[in-house]
Amino acid sequence: MLQPIIRLVTCGSVDDGKSTLIGRLLVETDSVPHDTVAAARNIRRTGSTVIAGEVDFSLLTDGLEAEREQGITIDVAYRSMTLLNGRRLIIADAPGHEQYTRNMAVAASRADVALVLVDASRGIRTQTLRHLTICSLMGVSRVAVVVNKLDAAGYSQSIYEEIVSELLVAANRLGIKDYQAIPVSALAGDNVVVRSTNMPWYTGPTLLDYIQSWSKPEELLTKPHMGVQLIARAENFRGISGTILNGTFILGDEVVILPSRRKAVISEILTYDGKLERAGDSEAITLVLEPEVDATRGDSIELASNFTPPADRFNANIVWLGETQLVHSRSYLLISGSTQVPAIVSKIRHKVEIATGDHEAADELSMNEIGVIEIATDAPIALTPYVEQRNTGCFILVDRSTLNTVAAGMVNHVLRRSENVTEHKYEINALARASQKNQRAKVIWLTGLSGSGKSTIANELEKTLFTSGMHCYVLDGDNLRMGINKDLGFTRADRAENVRRVAEIAHLMSDAGLIVIVALVSPFASDRDSAREIFEQGRFAEVWVKTPLEICTERDPKGLYKKAADGTLPNLSGVGQEYEPPTSPELVLDGTELVSENVRKIIKELL
Amino acid sequence: MKSSSEILKALENESIEILRETAAAFRKPVLLYSIGKDSAVLLHLAMKAFHPAQIPFPVLHIDTTWKFKEMISFRSEMAARYNLNLLVHTNKDGVSQGVTPFNTGISEYTRIMKTVALRQALDANTFDAAIGGSRRDEERSRAKERIFSVRESGHRWDPRNQRPELWRTYNPKITNEQSMRVFPLSDWTELDIWSYILENDVPVNPLYFAKERPVVFRGEQMIMIDDDRFPLINGEKPVMKQIRFRTLGCYPLTAAVESSASNVVEIVEEVMNVKLSERATRLIDGEKEDSMEKKKTEGYF
Repeated sequence: MLQPIIRLVTCGSVDDGKSTLIGRLLVETDSVPHDTVAAARNIRRTGSTVIAGEVDFSLLTDGLEAEREQGITIDVAYRSMTLLNGRRLIIADAPGHEQYTRNMAVAASRADVALVLVDASRGIRTQTLRHLTICSLMGVSRVAVVVNKLDAAGYSQSIYEEIVSELLVAANRLGIKDYQAIPVSALAGDNVVVRSTNMPWYTGPTLLDYIQSWSKPEELLTKPHMGVQLIARAENFRGISGTILNGTFILGDEVVILPSRRKAVISEILTYDGKLERAGDSEAITLVLEPEVDATRGDSIELASNFTPPADRFNANIVWLGETQLVHSRSYLLISGSTQVPAIVSKIRHKVEIATGDHEAADELSMNEIGVIEIATDAPIALTPYVEQRNTGCFILVDRSTLNTVAAGMVNHVLRRSENVTEHKYEINALARASQKNQRAKVIWLTGLSGSGKSTIANELEKTLFTSGMHCYVLDGDNLRMGINKDLGFTRADRAENVRRVAEIAHLMSDAGLIVIVALVSPFASDRDSAREIFEQGRFAEVWVKTPLEICTERDPKGLYKKAADGTLPNLSGVGQEYEPPTSPELVLDGTELVSENVRKIIKELL
Repeated sequence: MKSSSEILKALENESIEILRETAAAFRKPVLLYSIGKDSAVLLHLAMKAFHPAQIPFPVLHIDTTWKFKEMISFRSEMAARYNLNLLVHTNKDGVSQGVTPFNTGISEYTRIMKTVALRQALDANTFDAAIGGSRRDEERSRAKERIFSVRESGHRWDPRNQRPELWRTYNPKITNEQSMRVFPLSDWTELDIWSYILENDVPVNPLYFAKERPVVFRGEQMIMIDDDRFPLINGEKPVMKQIRFRTLGCYPLTAAVESSASNVVEIVEEVMNVKLSERATRLIDGEKEDSMEKKKTEGYF
């Protein structure tokens, strides 16, 4: 079956004649309001060479140049048109200059067909290779390479063929299978919608034919999947609503809920317009299962005979979109469809040079960079390799403090080692262990600048609790750096890993029923938030030891501020590196107060 | 040709997915109901999305007090038909200051009675997501807006700082200061809307159908006289014309088109043949090229 809607991404800059090409495509398929076409006959931009009375096609495509002149934002813009065979084309136009990779990745993420422009007089350039790389990375299924401005090159077959042979090399390297080079003049109209008489040597499809004959490869429709969006409840009714992807569900199919792997049979496929026997790719439906197994938003449903085993470690390609860099060991929120799960980038394997495909070692990824990473999720999730199933192999990463989308990820494969690890439930739990000690397990997390008084408070607190018969333990940042954390430095990434390890140790100790006192600078809010995340509600208390920087500098018990002033210690929190104050800590202590007073406050408020 | 059933079905599926995602991912969403044709389709889609349950969020109309009378009566009909939790909000400060489309510049009037009113209603009810019927084909600044579009504090849209939106994976996370605008009809065109209304028998306002109505001329625009608040020029008499509306808004600011299309089939015919850009009949948009982007940055829909 032909999909009724085709999504197209256009790659290329205004200089390649992109506006003119899209403008012509729109006019020759009668997709532009007639008053707008009339305006394009009369209005001329400064420097325009289009003859008066003729349509200036470049004026029709939202005037990217005009936007730039007027200072209006340039961003991915979408535009719809109906093709001559009745199908719908939705064009995502990615502006070529600013934040180039990011915009193109966004525009290409849903595209079925890509239109890559090549100026015949300039041939394949670095820019073309970048376009092709991103199309391949984002899994665009068909690529039309439009060799434009052939009118200015005397409609030369040899120029076209030279470009085609270069293209072959690039397409092979990138694994692009379905592509076609089309010799075109957007200005004169050759081979856009109407077949050119100027290039009888070209026997392939026109651009329009090539676009509108696209259909989704059948092999992508063999593994039906539905993400659970919500549970529909009405009188005597409970159904599971979502959109089907990658195949067809039929009444009576045995399905499995993921990640729980509970099985059930589809007993009803419901829509407002009636009950269905079967429902296929992209249909938004509500399933009734027999028996009524437990399923919640974020779960997925697949065939019991053909499902993706949930996993929690993946190797993935990633396009970094965020303004602040990717830091490995930091926790992000991973979203795929309706599924959300905290995840840590455990390793940046390498960075990819976009034009050549070369690999380069990297500790960080910046905006517009592409890399290969390993990622670990807090809970198992059913993700497929992106090349097999695009919509179930993709994810975004969300920064946990700004909540912005900072990365686009495409799964390469599951990392197998996770499959051999299963959590074993022990019968003696944290509550039992703490009750035996007549106390409640708790983690008191002291954060603040170096010299703010964290260790002093921790020491006094432990003494006070110890004498009153409580079981407690102090985890001191500096002390841990002499042992378990001695491989870590003070970069953002290392600090994130440092906090992660301390949090995990505190988790184990509190699980043993102890009161754990952590004294750790932990300067970044997102790292502290991820620490909090691993504890059950009420177990973790963030305490900000708030001492003005001047006083910390004056105290300088370890001589660090002096070193920072000398320039020998670049990463000191509050000086060379940021300290992000807690926004909603359980308790704020004034670090200039008496230690005994602060200890009293902690015991009163938190224990 | 009218939009094919297959295209409409695909658009419907996508919109339903977005509506469900909004209902499930936000604490307190609301659907903005403008009483126009796009809103009509949006309501119909919401009914389908949650069937057999009821539409799970309230529906909000911003009433400037200058809407066509037939819009207000139609609003009540629809509230009953879809069993809506209908909220109506008017900027009372604007009313008490005597702001009207005649004594205040059009953009200032729009800002006070629509944009500010909307912000008041969203804040007072602490809605964290507002669903609107805007389409990308309406206007240039809409063409680049996300489906899930973040608003900063004060409901400001920052077009320079939009979240990247990839695949069909939406990021519904917002901070306490932010809110979300959601546009399930982003990919629809005007012809899709009418074709869908035809195919699904969606009830639409009678003002869309041609009828003899009293009008006066302001420049090239035809304005329908809906009540006696409209200041006529000395000795001016409204004339009866066979007209209909392509978009609905405040009656003094919404120009009519001469038309004989008196049912949905004829409107679909007309939309296919006229081929004029739709917002040509809206008085507020024409003022400046970037006027929509400017209004949207202030919190307009």
